[in-house]
Amino acid sequence: MSIEEFISSITASANNQPGHLLQYLYEIQYQYAHISQQAIKLLAEKLSLTESHIHGVIGFYSFLHDSPRGAYDVLISDSITDHMLGSRSLLDALCKKLGVVPGVPREDGRVTVDTTSCTGLCDQGPAMLVNGWAVTRLDENRIDNIAELIESATAVDQWPNEFFRVEDNIQRRDILLSDESNDGEALRSLIDQGEDAMLEQIESSGLRGRGGAGFNTGMKWRFCKQTEADQRYVVCNADEGEPGTFKDRILLNAYADKVFEGMTVCAGVIGATKGCLYLRGEYRYLRAPLEQILQQRREAGLLGNTILGQGGFDFDIEIHMGAGAYICGEESSLIESLEGKRGIPRKRPPFPVTHGYQNRPTVVNNVETFMAAALIAVHGADWFSSVGTEQSSGTKLISISGDCEKPGIYEYPFGVSIQDILKDCAAKDTQAVQIAGAAGFTIPPAEFERCIAFEDVSTGGSFMVFKQDRDLLDMVKNFAHFFVHESCGFCTPCRVGSSLMKDLVDKVHSGHAGQYDLDEMQNIGQLMRSTSHCGLGTTAPNPVLDTLEKFPQIYEKHLKHSSYEPAFDLDAALQDARDITGRDDAGAHLGTKS
Amino acid sequence: MSEEFVTITVDGQELQAPKGAMLIEVTDKANIRVPRFCYHEKLAIAANCRMCLVEVEKAPKPLPACATPVMDGMVVHTRSDYARNAQKSVMEFLLINHPLDCPICDQGGECELQDVAMGYGQDVSEYVEGKRVVFDKNIGPLITTELTRCIHCTRCVRFGREIAGLRELGMTGRGENALISTFIEQSVESEMSGNVIDICPVGALTAKPSRFAARAWELVQHASIAPHDCIGSNIYVHTLRGEVIRVVPRDNEAINEVWISDRDRFSYEGLASDDRLTAPMIREDGEWVEADWDEALKRACAEIKHALDTAASDEDSEASDSSSKLAALISPSSTLEEMYLLQKLMRSLGSGSIDHRLRQSDFSDQDSAPVIPWLGQDVENLENMDAALLIGSNVRKEQPIANHRLRKAVVNNNAQISFINTREFDCNYPLAHNITAAQQQLPHELAAVAAAVFADSDDALPSYIAGAVSIAKPNETHRAIAQQLKQGKSSTVLLGSQAAMHPAYAALRALAEAIATQTNSIFGYLSEGSNSAGAWLAGAVPHRGPCNDADAVKGQSISDLSENTPAAAILFNVEPEHDIAQSRQIIRALTGASSVIAITAFRSPVLEDVASVMLPAAAFTETSGTFVNAEGVMQSFKGANNPAGEARPGWKILRVLGNLLKLDGFDYMSSDQVRDELRGMCESIELDNSITAAPQVKLPAGAGSLMRAADVPIYATDALVRRASSLQKTHDAVVLAVSMNPADAERLGLDEETGSVSVKQGESSAILKLIIDAGVPAGSAWIPMAVKGSELLGDPFGEVVIEKV
Ligand SMILES: Cc1cc2nc3c(=O)[nH]c(=O)nc-3n(C[C@H](O)[C@H](O)[C@H](O)COP(=O)(O)O)c2cc1C
Ligand code: SF4
Ligand code: SF4
Ligand code: FES
Repeated sequence: MSIEEFISSITASANNQPGHLLQYLYEIQYQYAHISQQAIKLLAEKLSLTESHIHGVIGFYSFLHDSPRGAYDVLISDSITDHMLGSRSLLDALCKKLGVVPGVPREDGRVTVDTTSCTGLCDQGPAMLVNGWAVTRLDENRIDNIAELIESATAVDQWPNEFFRVEDNIQRRDILLSDESNDGEALRSLIDQGEDAMLEQIESSGLRGRGGAGFNTGMKWRFCKQTEADQRYVVCNADEGEPGTFKDRILLNAYADKVFEGMTVCAGVIGATKGCLYLRGEYRYLRAPLEQILQQRREAGLLGNTILGQGGFDFDIEIHMGAGAYICGEESSLIESLEGKRGIPRKRPPFPVTHGYQNRPTVVNNVETFMAAALIAVHGADWFSSVGTEQSSGTKLISISGDCEKPGIYEYPFGVSIQDILKDCAAKDTQAVQIAGAAGFTIPPAEFERCIAFEDVSTGGSFMVFKQDRDLLDMVKNFAHFFVHESCGFCTPCRVGSSLMKDLVDKVHSGHAGQYDLDEMQNIGQLMRSTSHCGLGTTAPNPVLDTLEKFPQIYEKHLKHSSYEPAFDLDAALQDARDITGRDDAGAHLGTKS
Repeated sequence: MSEEFVTITVDGQELQAPKGAMLIEVTDKANIRVPRFCYHEKLAIAANCRMCLVEVEKAPKPLPACATPVMDGMVVHTRSDYARNAQKSVMEFLLINHPLDCPICDQGGECELQDVAMGYGQDVSEYVEGKRVVFDKNIGPLITTELTRCIHCTRCVRFGREIAGLRELGMTGRGENALISTFIEQSVESEMSGNVIDICPVGALTAKPSRFAARAWELVQHASIAPHDCIGSNIYVHTLRGEVIRVVPRDNEAINEVWISDRDRFSYEGLASDDRLTAPMIREDGEWVEADWDEALKRACAEIKHALDTAASDEDSEASDSSSKLAALISPSSTLEEMYLLQKLMRSLGSGSIDHRLRQSDFSDQDSAPVIPWLGQDVENLENMDAALLIGSNVRKEQPIANHRLRKAVVNNNAQISFINTREFDCNYPLAHNITAAQQQLPHELAAVAAAVFADSDDALPSYIAGAVSIAKPNETHRAIAQQLKQGKSSTVLLGSQAAMHPAYAALRALAEAIATQTNSIFGYLSEGSNSAGAWLAGAVPHRGPCNDADAVKGQSISDLSENTPAAAILFNVEPEHDIAQSRQIIRALTGASSVIAITAFRSPVLEDVASVMLPAAAFTETSGTFVNAEGVMQSFKGANNPAGEARPGWKILRVLGNLLKLDGFDYMSSDQVRDELRGMCESIELDNSITAAPQVKLPAGAGSLMRAADVPIYATDALVRRASSLQKTHDAVVLAVSMNPADAERLGLDEETGSVSVKQGESSAILKLIIDAGVPAGSAWIPMAVKGSELLGDPFGEVVIEKV
């Protein structure tokens, strides 16, 4: 098939809607290993978009490239837990074997090796993506095999299945994960009770969003329903980008029917006919099975027109792929991304519930939220609210990774203490727990009695354990780099602040910083927190500010005693020159460091 | 509906503000200056720079004034320690990545970042960390990028999307790697692109032509009026030691708001072109020699007198009046004073043969035409339209500011705008309808719209169009246009500059006026040059004197000259080969004249061929004067710098000629006096485009073969722009080629591979590059005029034969 034909076929499958741009680009990327100038031109013409718009979108998403990446695009997860499992040395080994520098395509066009933000496989890491497909449990052996497969040009679909095995790893089940209701039961219940009663059920269950912010779900649905509009939308946020979180992966793998059913209940309640699942690019392997489930549901009358024979109950769901942008988990960025644009967060108000996708009222909920909603529809509000705490009803899925014997998914009623969780996952000698991802809270042992709940330690589900002999500053550094990579660049405090913060953390880490620098980190952090445009920037300084307060010792041991030293390391600056000339002798270094 | 007001307190001052207004709008109005980078009153709010942070009591954190709606009782501090600390921190963030190359930056002295930084007494960057390295992009000949200075405010991107309708400028990359970039052919293709230079708050986008020429504080600023189109954009001319360094917009909400076109901004480069005429020249034995003013003026007067005298003795009485002996042609971009004085000079000498309608060819209805063909409304009013029909107009390139207003109407009121043209033009907003027709078919299309307009009405058709309209056959499109004009609460019908060049201009005028009247639309003209309205007012037409003076001496129109060679002619800022539609005939007539006096800012080969005396005239910026724009507003300006070499302002040259020819009433001390004399005569003039009589409209018969159609491309309109070197490097600097419809090409056995073709038009011919373009209607050969080489072909509208070479 020529590239013209390929592009025509993919755009035709979405009626040439320019809003699907990201989806077309995603397909082209994986078909041709990059999006060529020719492809951009063709798309621009076909969709009446400008080339600069398309370039702008490509440039925004890490997985899209306008220059060739080679037949094998290998991305090794850069999550801190993968680091702790040795991903860095595996990366070095792979690069060495293949004769490449990270991020630079090999000259013969065979391969690029690079890193990527957390792939959501922390419980079975170190992990990587090859051409978008997740490979788990990397070790030296597997890296050797991979290098050979690449050198022998073995197509990825011929690689051993074992490489691509992703386990659910469910370690503890509670009311959600042990549910045995039948498909369609929630919808029958909706039809029996009527939308208004159903909405009341959701409201009185006390269900709050599982994506992090914890907004009351019933209230969100009601706002959306009350807004006058010719169309409303239901969007399921499966971007799951918070480092260390992977519970949506399990739900979509093992409970997808329940998630779709929750979306359908929502559609019925608010009066939407279209829905969308925004699936992070890292979960490419889940797409085909999910499409299949959607198809089965259509055939079973649980999706599509006249659901369960109810005239006027029409709803269908499309899957949209993300392409490597953490910010697209933020609901307004996600909507921009669904519209085929760069994922820059919108100004709020107005909020998506009134002005969302296509400027229409839109409910955006997390995967877990929809699943919970489906089960509330089946079993009732009381069933749900009888579990958990007063302000946090129900249960929470926790994704546990890091220094423990039993990483995986744990479902707990809200109110569970950190201590109990640590016991269950067999963590020993714990120095700290990082809860709620890179922007979350660093909890010292003195606070292990605290509970997981919206009113105490609130989380989207990430729970990373660090034992005593870890240098927590590695974590801080990892997160600081994560935010520089993921800041969308829209607003000054976050764009510049994250990068300054990263430089300063690096400076501390490399032993060149003084007290002055720590003060500066405080100032930068405060400014980012109070003046950034969206949640990414306001929370990005958390790990620094939290550890400065609660773990000052991790900084102190790295400090120099003079109060100020420039971050510019002359010797380090010569590294490029050394790489180019291939020299590394004493003469190629500046005095002090060799 | 009355607006709801709230009361807020800012820095202790109580302010009333409309509910929902953004805080920064309110503080701006009250002259409380909140620092800002991304906010711009003409652009959508982005709220990304966070420079405008202020303290709002009871708010948990500082709030951006540009994105915070005012609420009743709000108490705001813009200069409290809290607010200033927030502002200062953001500023430091911006400075850290900024190269601090102020000493070499073209924005130095007028950089908003520099201003704000100084306001904080900032001894520049507190962070000494490594700065971002960014590579610069080549975005064409007009704008230099220095993206290390970019502070990501996205003003330029928003300008592109919202104002210029140009989407090529965009952000790419993410986070700290986010970059402003542009792709299509690496160049920003917009007739308004230069405005990003003003909009960019720092020196990331600066003017390429004036790069490094001067520092802002060394420049002297002169208010002036742009000289290229009938809008009369207000500008400032900035000079350094008598040399024009740049032109920038001067705010005038009623006309150009804060924008100007690239043509108005960069045409000044032509002032310094090599072929400026810098000294008077006379022809001695066929050779050009420099002369001093005295000699040259005496020579000119002698030639004029000789022409008037000798001709009288050897012609018979019928044609022996001075009008057939002495003719004058003047550029429609000359000043009001020049127009008035030249016609006064001519009429005092007994000749009424003066014309500014250099590119017009149909004069059949000139007696019934309005006193001053004008826009029929204010420029500003164009943005209130909800329907418009433009005939023979590429308004986007011909009057960019008018197009901007129409674009606003589309964007804000969803206006239905339609065109009837001889080809498709790129438009930066969606059109309701875009009819294209070969040149001779244009009146038929308009007659069809007229037929649709009158179809379901009992009103009688004006008699002079009745015949033409009765045989027209409207289709769906014609009916839709008629419907839109009728339904529009505000609608307008506009005749463009290409209509004025059309061989059936009278028919177009009569039909368009009838359509407008019947649909309750405003009828108007988008006329050529910067001062067509002034020319009519000043009497630079052969059939009417100043202010429609019917008793004035009458003379021949420009088209008569080709048959009736005058003995002497005066060309005032006219380059015959480019500025005149029937250039071949006129040049032949001028060659036949015994004397041609060219008062001109530039030399040109044809002028040197036909003229006997060349008098160097001041160009734009070098003279004072007045332009009357399309809405009828008189705007006077002063000179900004001295004329090049020996050149003198046109009005002074004409005054001295008047003195030397011993004519009465040439004792002016200033151009103001000239203007005031004319103004005094014009107090009772009323602008009215309606017509009540016209010659019977006959629709041109369809020609079997190919008919030429043409426009004057944006950077070919007048002698100055044609010499503006940077503009000539842009995409819009059209090169001569013939474009034709694929069907015609196929019929003639031509295709993309053909390359060049031979084009014959009457007696002339040329070899031109062939462009096959579906935007050109069948039966049409589109060949621009006024561009290099187009003089070889003559008339912009005529039958052509195209063959393979
Ligand atoms: C930077 C950022 C990233 C986010 N990422 C996610 C995500 O990956 N998944 C998610 O469900 N919500 C994420 N959110 C929260 C969403 O904006 C939104 O609140 C959520 O999807 C609403 O669903 P819920 O009410 O069911 O939690 C993120 C928010 C921010 C600020
Ligand atoms: S806070 Fe960061 S991610 Fe959010 S808008 Fe600003 S730059 Fe983008
Ligand atoms: S180039 Fe200038 S206007 Fe454009 S974003 Fe950068 S600073 Fe703003
Ligand atoms: S001016 Fe308000 S955020 Fe930029």
